[in-house]
Amino acid sequence: MGFLDISHVSKAYGSVQVLHEVDISVEEGEFIVLVGPSGCGKSTLMNMIAGLEPITTGDISIRGRLMNGVHPSKRNIAMVFQSYALYPNMTVAQNMTFGLEMHGVPKAERDRLLADVARLLQIDHLLERKPGHLSGGQRQRVAMGRALVRNPDVFLFDEPLSNLDAKLRVDMRTEIKKLHQKLGTTIVYVTHDQIEALTLSTRIAVMNKGYIQQLGTPKEIYDTPANLFVATFMGSPAMNILPATIKVRDGVAFAEIADAQGRLQSLQFSQKNLASWDGKEILLGIRPEAITDIDGADRKSQNIQRFSNVVTVIEPAGSDTFVTMTVSGRDVVARMRADASVAARDRFEFAVNMDKAVVFDPKTEARIPG
Amino acid sequence: MPIRTTRADLRTRLQDFIPKIVLAPSLAAILIFVYGFIVFTGYLSMTDSKMLPSFDFVGLDNYVRLFSLPAWNTALINLVIFAALYIAICTVIGLGLAILLDQKIRGEGVLRPIYLYPMALSFIVTGTAWKWFLDPGLGLENTMHLWGWTDFQFNWIKDRHMAIYTLVIAAVWQTSGFVMAMFLAGLRGIDNEILKAAQIDGASNFALYRRIVIPLLRPAFLSAFVILFHMAIKSYDLVIALTGGGPGRATELPATFMYSYTFTRNSMGIGAASAVIMLMTVAAIMIPYLYSELGAKKE
Ligand SMILES: Nc1ncnc2c1ncn2[C@@H]1O[C@H](COP(=O)(O)OP(=O)(O)OP(=O)(O)O)[C@@H](O)[C@H]1O
Ligand SMILES: [Mg+2]
Repeated sequence: MGFLDISHVSKAYGSVQVLHEVDISVEEGEFIVLVGPSGCGKSTLMNMIAGLEPITTGDISIRGRLMNGVHPSKRNIAMVFQSYALYPNMTVAQNMTFGLEMHGVPKAERDRLLADVARLLQIDHLLERKPGHLSGGQRQRVAMGRALVRNPDVFLFDEPLSNLDAKLRVDMRTEIKKLHQKLGTTIVYVTHDQIEALTLSTRIAVMNKGYIQQLGTPKEIYDTPANLFVATFMGSPAMNILPATIKVRDGVAFAEIADAQGRLQSLQFSQKNLASWDGKEILLGIRPEAITDIDGADRKSQNIQRFSNVVTVIEPAGSDTFVTMTVSGRDVVARMRADASVAARDRFEFAVNMDKAVVFDPKTEARIPG
Repeated sequence: MPIRTTRADLRTRLQDFIPKIVLAPSLAAILIFVYGFIVFTGYLSMTDSKMLPSFDFVGLDNYVRLFSLPAWNTALINLVIFAALYIAICTVIGLGLAILLDQKIRGEGVLRPIYLYPMALSFIVTGTAWKWFLDPGLGLENTMHLWGWTDFQFNWIKDRHMAIYTLVIAAVWQTSGFVMAMFLAGLRGIDNEILKAAQIDGASNFALYRRIVIPLLRPAFLSAFVILFHMAIKSYDLVIALTGGGPGRATELPATFMYSYTFTRNSMGIGAASAVIMLMTVAAIMIPYLYSELGAKKE
């Protein structure tokens, strides 16, 4: 029994099923991020936790109290919206204390809470302004302040950073993370930005088409994605997926892939249980940072395989250099140190960290556990 | 080659020119028949015109005489009563209907046009229909008598103290649906997330409307006020159809005063002066409104 329990929750609008049997159990103090492409049902799930949408089937409970049918204001939750949803006719101070006022908190108490939160978020000087006279980042803070003064059991954030420009988004991301570490509150956070998901969360729920694809820590999601969808959705640039044939020699499995000129080369797997796949086609997943030059290879890795191929394009990106090549007919991206000496159209000796490689069943698209 | 460019040039120039040619007659017509005649009326108001326009300048004499006429003062008092009640009641009913319709009730699609239909009628039709309905010998009172309720009395339309209120009833009936549509559009324009936030904040329905929604409808209130105000000042056809200005002068409004002095009482100068006063009253409301609207757009 967790702090926030979502069990077997489904949602249908008429005959359209938008969420299927969602199960998430959140511990107190966790930072759960729901991530997935547009329309996958993140906001719908969030709204059901908040009580803004009725639950079709299943149960949601907070602190062991069943929430089905409980009014949003009686769930002791607070929500930060994508558009901030500040009341335009009220000052910042009124915006932040409106909820307390509606809950019958006395004026003196309201003022004390307001002052505390305003100091925490450094918005003391904005309290008498109207939202229309604030910048995007300031509105964002006020929206968070409005949630904080309520001191709720669970904070819900629905894409709170997506209206900010790139730089401010990164700053606010850090700010939110600091706030979570300082206050230790339980947070459910919706985003479609996988970087936000990886950096902020203690656990991530990757969603697609109304299904939870995988629920796990950022490391689990990144290193051992449950299926092709999670593998390609999380990470930037995306994981390289290439068709390969498994060859087993003396009980050791190799992936047979073709370089740009069609010459076959073998990469030895670290996985031990692929014997039954001998001769079969699989999909090999390798993250760009697992393909480097030989000097740049991860020294802790047990299994570095050499692979020689012709370089198609080089894209220097400041701290890294991205190298594109063709493997088994697909474009593959390698992420190298900025000072790696690679030249386009040359043949180059790559080091592939096979400890980090994952294998997918091409039929079910699920990862073959190693 | 150069020849072809000039030809293409000619064509683009022609294309630029055609809209101007097409618009020119209507522009000229508006300049003459609207603004020209406003200026002409303004001039007439300072002449001693009687039945026909005359050009003997008398300064502000007509204005002085206008405000000493009991008929004009009656018309002004009537206008104040009529406009205040008409605007207030239309706004209250329009807002009330809009809030009720906004509760996602079933049948909104049927109800909305029903409330809007009166607006499609001309004031002449509205006035005539209400004249019959309010006539003690024909309408409501007579029907009640026929149904056996013989004590029932409703003869405001024949009562010099109450007749002005029948004008309010008919005008409110005609316009509140339109005001409702304006408020409904305003309500629908409110960001859904704000309403969700208020729900989470625990606002009761009453607090939600009083503290958040109605303040957000300020632009709709302003537009409704301006539209209703200028309709009240222009009210002419409704009075003619419903009461003809009577009984006596009990329902005379500035617009009916202006018409009768200009065209039937041979005092064109005074009629013109009253028209100018009406124009200035409308302008005093409209110009600041248009400024604030256009100013807000620029921001
Ligand atoms: N009121 C509704 N009636 C019918 N379908 C709806 C309704 N609200 C949402 N949906 C559908 O439910 C699905 C999930 O919507 P939801 O808003 O939860 O997506 P999301 O993951 O939040 O996407 P985004 O990243 O674009 O915000 C979508 O396919 C949407 O079309
Ligand atoms: Mg959403």
